[in-house]
Amino acid sequence: MDIKDIIKPENKVYGKSPVLTDNIMHYCPGCSHGTVHKLIAEVIDEMGIQDKTIGISPVGCSVFAYNYLDIDWQQAAHGRAPALATATKRLCPDKYVFTYQGDGDLASIGTAEIIHACNRGENIVVIFINNAIYGMTGGQMAPTTLLGQVTATTPYGRRADLNGFPLKITELIAQLEGTCYVTRQSVQNAASARKTKKAIRKAFENSAMNKGTSFVEVVCTCNSNWKLSPVKANQWMVENMFPFYPLGDMKDR
Amino acid sequence: MAEKILMKGNEAIARAAIHCGCDGYFGYPITPQSEVMETLMEEMPWETTGMVVLQAESETSSINMLYGGASCGKRVMTSSSSPGISLMCEGISYLAGAELPCLVVNVVRGGPGLGTIQPGQGDYFQMVKGGGHGDYKCIVLAPASAQDMYDFVSKAFDLAFKYRTPAIILSDGVIGQMMEKVEMSEQKPRWTDEEIKKNSPWACTGKTNDRKQNIITSLALDAAVHEKLNERLQAKYKKMEEEDVLFDSYMTEDAEHLLVAYGSMSRICQSVVETARENGIKLGLLRPITLFPFANKEIDRLVPQLKSIMSVELSAGQMVEDVRLVVNGRIPVNFYGRLGGIVPSPEEVYEAFVKSIK
Amino acid sequence: MALKGAIVVDTEKCKGCGICESNCPTKTIGISTEVNGKGYPFAYMANPDACTGCTNCATVCPDSVITVYRVKI
Repeated sequence: MDIKDIIKPENKVYGKSPVLTDNIMHYCPGCSHGTVHKLIAEVIDEMGIQDKTIGISPVGCSVFAYNYLDIDWQQAAHGRAPALATATKRLCPDKYVFTYQGDGDLASIGTAEIIHACNRGENIVVIFINNAIYGMTGGQMAPTTLLGQVTATTPYGRRADLNGFPLKITELIAQLEGTCYVTRQSVQNAASARKTKKAIRKAFENSAMNKGTSFVEVVCTCNSNWKLSPVKANQWMVENMFPFYPLGDMKDR
Repeated sequence: MAEKILMKGNEAIARAAIHCGCDGYFGYPITPQSEVMETLMEEMPWETTGMVVLQAESETSSINMLYGGASCGKRVMTSSSSPGISLMCEGISYLAGAELPCLVVNVVRGGPGLGTIQPGQGDYFQMVKGGGHGDYKCIVLAPASAQDMYDFVSKAFDLAFKYRTPAIILSDGVIGQMMEKVEMSEQKPRWTDEEIKKNSPWACTGKTNDRKQNIITSLALDAAVHEKLNERLQAKYKKMEEEDVLFDSYMTEDAEHLLVAYGSMSRICQSVVETARENGIKLGLLRPITLFPFANKEIDRLVPQLKSIMSVELSAGQMVEDVRLVVNGRIPVNFYGRLGGIVPSPEEVYEAFVKSIK
Repeated sequence: MALKGAIVVDTEKCKGCGICESNCPTKTIGISTEVNGKGYPFAYMANPDACTGCTNCATVCPDSVITVYRVKI
């Protein structure tokens, strides 16, 4: 069978989500942000909620998330996205409101905002990208940087006595009464990406049912700052991050 | 005419918020303004107008809740006092940069640092000159009575939405805590979703097929784009100076000397003017109501008839710098102020004034 | 019944990260030696006959540049 006979509109089984814009992403080749953006776009499209969704982008590499998902966006000050989301959801209860935050934004400078938004049980979705490093500023230590991990500010590896311990913030969040769904996922292969998409979908559905805060951590790579190829970075993540940040649901009620 | 009811200035802020159709209040307790949120919680406006009231985990969160609410075209406000406002200044800069309307009430106490819970006017620089990072200014209204506290809430929202910028009510512990009779307006409805879409087509109301996505951001990495944004902000500030300067004059027509004072100090200075007149001194009072935009033109107009000006403040001398900028050396500009939360008596100010013209 | 697939890569938007290649169960995908307008190599069907249209490549593609087609034969 000729390829031309296969490549016909009626045979299309997968393509770019219509909720994604045509802008070329500024992310480095192989960056997980793009994959997670795509999964969110697909969920918004499949739920038919493009006109009801408001995204809140952080400070960090994904500050420009608004260039890629064709919805209304607010760009927050560093760490404050959950505060924006709180007011947005309370003032516009018919909307789906989600924050998209990296580990520096959510687990370092924005710790108070995320803990309290989750503890109040705001009916929002939190997408938490954990790649154990600061991306945009050039690879400095994040709160989630692993012990021994080399970064621009831990050039000899993170040491507990000097730099403290990596923060399992998702485990903390799972303890809070206000959260209804807390899960840790990844996107390094098709199976994991499909699971993450299901988790994101469940989180959005929870928010419509006013069940409380849904929190989806996605363990991701930052191959540029890890100084690995995209494929090697995925391997490093599986070998080093998953043992410390084990995947799976921590809470689902 | 509606009945006048006795209340604290802070209470007046809360009641005005409900009555003018405010959509949301987000705040954190701090003396001397905690009555604002306490009154709102007692009134439970979510049961009547649908107004959201939330005690946030910090001032930082409060101001960023305003950013979220304002992004949706909602009329949102917070209140705090000096140390809390310092924490909010990051957020106010973002609100100004993203061109978001909102209302921030600062019931000023003495500083710096934790300072004192007694009244002060030492936040003039912070509020009038920007406060956070970058080239921005907020509209600043200075109430001098509980009635002003009430009336300025609605006025501040109107100006904030006219210019898409944060508006500040710069009060102080005297005005916030004192009880006066206040005449209240009738309840106005909150804006409907349709009105929000019409009044604020830039707001995050959900991206529909008939329009492009609305993005609320203060970020512009392209220098040319960012310069344009800044020029647009500066043009707004210029327009404010042309169209929205507010001030009160008291016996300035024939004045040979002028006191300039705002907020609680303007009331004390009114007594000082009366004492001076009784003693045959032609003293007048200019009370700036908007501190930005400032009454530059009015001061400039008065300078030729004046022999001296004295700025009277509960600070070490902040507004006096703006007065001096206008006067530009043409006549002496003197200053009298008390610090640490001490409010001077009219006699004390009169004495200082007489000394200044000798 | 067998499945026959094919992919179309938006080569100008592809950054040649290779994640699709590493996720392709039939080793259909290769990364070009030539580069696009941005200077990136790009994904292509190096072994088109092997494609089953499983969509794994497009699912993991961070830049959403892969469209997948599939027929039953």
